[in-house]
Amino acid sequence: MKEIFAKHPLGAAIALLPVWIFLYLILQHIADGLVALSGLMQGERFTEALRFFIFEVPKVLLLLTLIVFIVGIIRSYFSPERTRKMLGGKKLFAGNVLASLLGVVTPFCSCSAIPLFLGFVESGIPLGVTFSFLIAAPMINEVALVLLFGLFGWQTALLYMSTGLIIAMVSGYIIGILKLEKHVEPWVYEVKAGHLEMGEDKIQFAQRISAGVDAVREIVSKVWIYIVIGIAVGAGIHGYVPENFMAGIMGKGAWWSVPVAVLIGVPMYSNAAGIIPVVQALLEKGASLGTVLAFMMSVIGLSLPETIILRKVLKLRLIFIFVGIVATGIIIVGYIFNAVY
Amino acid sequence: MMSVKILGSGCSKCKTLEQRVRQLAEQHKLPIEIEKVSDLQEIMKYGIMMTPGLVVNGVVKSVGSIPKDEQLLAWMEGTSL
Repeated sequence: MKEIFAKHPLGAAIALLPVWIFLYLILQHIADGLVALSGLMQGERFTEALRFFIFEVPKVLLLLTLIVFIVGIIRSYFSPERTRKMLGGKKLFAGNVLASLLGVVTPFCSCSAIPLFLGFVESGIPLGVTFSFLIAAPMINEVALVLLFGLFGWQTALLYMSTGLIIAMVSGYIIGILKLEKHVEPWVYEVKAGHLEMGEDKIQFAQRISAGVDAVREIVSKVWIYIVIGIAVGAGIHGYVPENFMAGIMGKGAWWSVPVAVLIGVPMYSNAAGIIPVVQALLEKGASLGTVLAFMMSVIGLSLPETIILRKVLKLRLIFIFVGIVATGIIIVGYIFNAVY
Repeated sequence: MMSVKILGSGCSKCKTLEQRVRQLAEQHKLPIEIEKVSDLQEIMKYGIMMTPGLVVNGVVKSVGSIPKDEQLLAWMEGTSL
């Protein structure tokens, strides 16, 4: 497989697509067939939990493979250098909008947050615009979107993405007009960054395909285990927790549920792969969409390790302001969705 | 003597890349000087915005990824630009 992809990346990708579609279409039948074969009683709790598990795990993994592959190709068109160039000289709000959108497509890993922050600030990109990027990049990632699409449907995935973008734009804009530059560690402004010369325009399409393959190898090998565990827990909730169990705690009626969900979510660190299947099961048991959305955003978008990393370049006060503004945005989104749905 | 620098603070990819480079150098008995750079100001001098960065004889070769062994070896032996 590896060799075929190395020699004929485009051909291999095109040839695999029908296989993918076929597998995706017959999954439900395979899951039902396996459950029937097992001789377990239909409708029993354990049977339903098992059915859920053996259907959802391969489904989500298939979706993940396809989307990560496509996103890997898209990302090969965007580098942090190019993004930085596009953001240069942009005025406040327009810069925030563009930075948030670019945050979604530019390759980003929270371990690179510092060099990226330094590179942006050093080249004169306003602090608020830099923040818009740093908020959108981890919050709206392909793993989260795949899981939302696979387990909740495209409406929720789209909702998550658009509200996440709005939070990134507005939070960055507010940080921008608050003029918080003095709360950045002084050494940041003394950094003299060199100029990187790398021929990135001459990439051929075959290389972009292999960038997609690399992305699949890297991301899927890292997150599959969380997906399996997350869906297993979700399947347990699905089969065993009574209907409407969550309504009292995370339902619409409980006004405090949104801020509490965010308070619990911010220090919690889990990747999207582990948390979303659990949250999906909770939604089914009577939790309300706004609360669930707020919880997910605070877990995925605001993570403790990333804020600790950012402490190297930001004074504590700015970190609190940053977390405070984003958390407030998430709470507002949670309330709006609880009111609308 | 050829010098290879791995740019990156604590990230896991950075550690993997450093290991690979050291392993390859040992396996092929390459007389090169390998250095891990974790000081941020130093890293920024190379103008990179993703870690790990790989620098061979002062030139940035790769950013944000772990190149394949064959590619690494070619750079380290000086047979590829």
